[in-house]
Amino acid sequence: MTTTVDTRPAGARRPRRTESERRDARAGWSMVGPLVAIVTMVIVIPILWTFVLSFQDARYSDVARNGLANPFTLDNYIDTLTSSGFWESIWVTIIYTVFTTLGSIALGYIAALAMRDRFRGRGIMRAAFLLPYVAPVVATAYVWKTMLNPQYGIINAIGTEYLGWEQGIDFLGREPYALITVIVYEIWRYFPFAFIFFAAALTGLSRDVEEAALVDGATPWQKFLHVITPQMMPVIVLLTLLRMVMTFNKFDDIYLLTGGAAGTEVAAVRVYDQLVGSSDIGAASANSVILAIILAIGLGAYMKLTKRMAA
Amino acid sequence: MTMVSFQTTLFRVLKWVFLALLAITVVFPFYYMVVMSFVPIQDLLRNPLTLVPEIQQLTIDTYRQVVAPESEGGFGFARFMRNSAIVATAATVLTMLLSIPASYAMTRMRFAGVKKVGALFIAVYMFPQIIIAVPVFVGFQIIGLGTSLVGLTIAYIALTVPVSVHMLRSYLRGLPESIDEAAMIDGATRWQIMRKITVPLAMPTIISTALYSFMIAWNEFLFALLFLSAKPELWTVSLGLTRLADGQEVSRTILMAGSVLITAPIILLYGLVERWLTEGLTAGAEKG
Repeated sequence: MTTTVDTRPAGARRPRRTESERRDARAGWSMVGPLVAIVTMVIVIPILWTFVLSFQDARYSDVARNGLANPFTLDNYIDTLTSSGFWESIWVTIIYTVFTTLGSIALGYIAALAMRDRFRGRGIMRAAFLLPYVAPVVATAYVWKTMLNPQYGIINAIGTEYLGWEQGIDFLGREPYALITVIVYEIWRYFPFAFIFFAAALTGLSRDVEEAALVDGATPWQKFLHVITPQMMPVIVLLTLLRMVMTFNKFDDIYLLTGGAAGTEVAAVRVYDQLVGSSDIGAASANSVILAIILAIGLGAYMKLTKRMAA
Repeated sequence: MTMVSFQTTLFRVLKWVFLALLAITVVFPFYYMVVMSFVPIQDLLRNPLTLVPEIQQLTIDTYRQVVAPESEGGFGFARFMRNSAIVATAATVLTMLLSIPASYAMTRMRFAGVKKVGALFIAVYMFPQIIIAVPVFVGFQIIGLGTSLVGLTIAYIALTVPVSVHMLRSYLRGLPESIDEAAMIDGATRWQIMRKITVPLAMPTIISTALYSFMIAWNEFLFALLFLSAKPELWTVSLGLTRLADGQEVSRTILMAGSVLITAPIILLYGLVERWLTEGLTAGAEKG
């Protein structure tokens, strides 16, 4: 794995390097080399391979027998782009991404603001707020499923007992409840992520400007809108970016809660079904590549927008 | 009453209402999980509104059943937990062995290609699990690692490395380089400096990064599902729990007992490093 060291003579291009720089290059590559090798093996090569596979009509046996040497075709792309299921899954994914990103960031922001001033129990509360984020997704998804069960779930029991619901609501099995429910779950699970970022950023904020605003007679609402939020913009931009990427490709949460039923089939779940359900590697790969392209376009547009707003 | 004092009072009230509601929303599912894991299923079906069960109602049969191996009529959770512990520990140790030297080199040393390596890691962030899942799965099948804990461990390194490198780099950037320079004048090599000086200094960050990696690997679901579905004896906790949930004859209370068992170790670890973890994750957020 450390062969990278020898193949890169550090002084080759710029012969006037000092001895210590050359030694640094050698030691440096021995330090990053193994990591670069494994990242290449499990991430870079797979990404390139996905690209190749997306142009082949391949199933497991074909790939096992011929490796990359299967005939090339555009069928996967044509099939994917002309299927109504694909476009529907993209639409669902976009709704899901936009609402969970906005929801989790807004909730995390409000929570961080509400906990800005010290109070007794703040430390414990802050630690508790992170539970949904650190707990295994499988466990929390099944608790939600149990709580929302139409027959014996606590939410429906409360609804029918106290809120006058005629009967239990099938939160995860009926449109449009299912999509709303998975969005709420995702906000619940990821607001802590935004919360810790905002909490850290708020701690680093100088209070001078705020006190000046207070002296000038600004109301708390004006202070929030014109003093604090503008200073939080970099964090908001960063979080939006991170959450967008993560949610756009989210698989486990929806797979566990609904399995993609009742109008919740997001793109990642669809890729999984193609891969495992119909073991159509070519279609799954083409679908992944198109997803990556859509995401890249979305990110590009987002960055352009934020840059223009900053200018 | 002025606008300022009106709003100040209003927001103070709203703040506490909001915090109380949020705390309930966050904690309640965990409370429900624990309570339900200790009641017999008949009680849950008879009265779904039970939130504070009576002491004599409680049972630990659910746990006994979920932990026992299949041969004794149980669900084999002891084995799932052992598998998960092995995979998560191995992935964590390997991740740290790879990312500590790499992070050191990336923050301390200037040499040809180091910038490209940094850029590679940012790009890797952008590529999500589902896209690499297809070829990793197919490739591992071909070389015979598809249905093994070794293959799963290697795949998990791919998931834990980017965030580990990020956390370690953010911390190491803040350590003064003058220490390294002094040691170099004394004739120490880079590897020696890293081992004897940097690692001890960065220990809190290293521990929290390691535990975060452990959490990612322990909680992971998609790769486990793809790799191990066919081999029940290799299932990890996530996969074991979903199979428990799919079983028609498995009661919800047993499912909750399983959920408690897989959540407890994570919450324990998290409790130990909570402060360090949030600091490591948000490193750099203050600067924007």
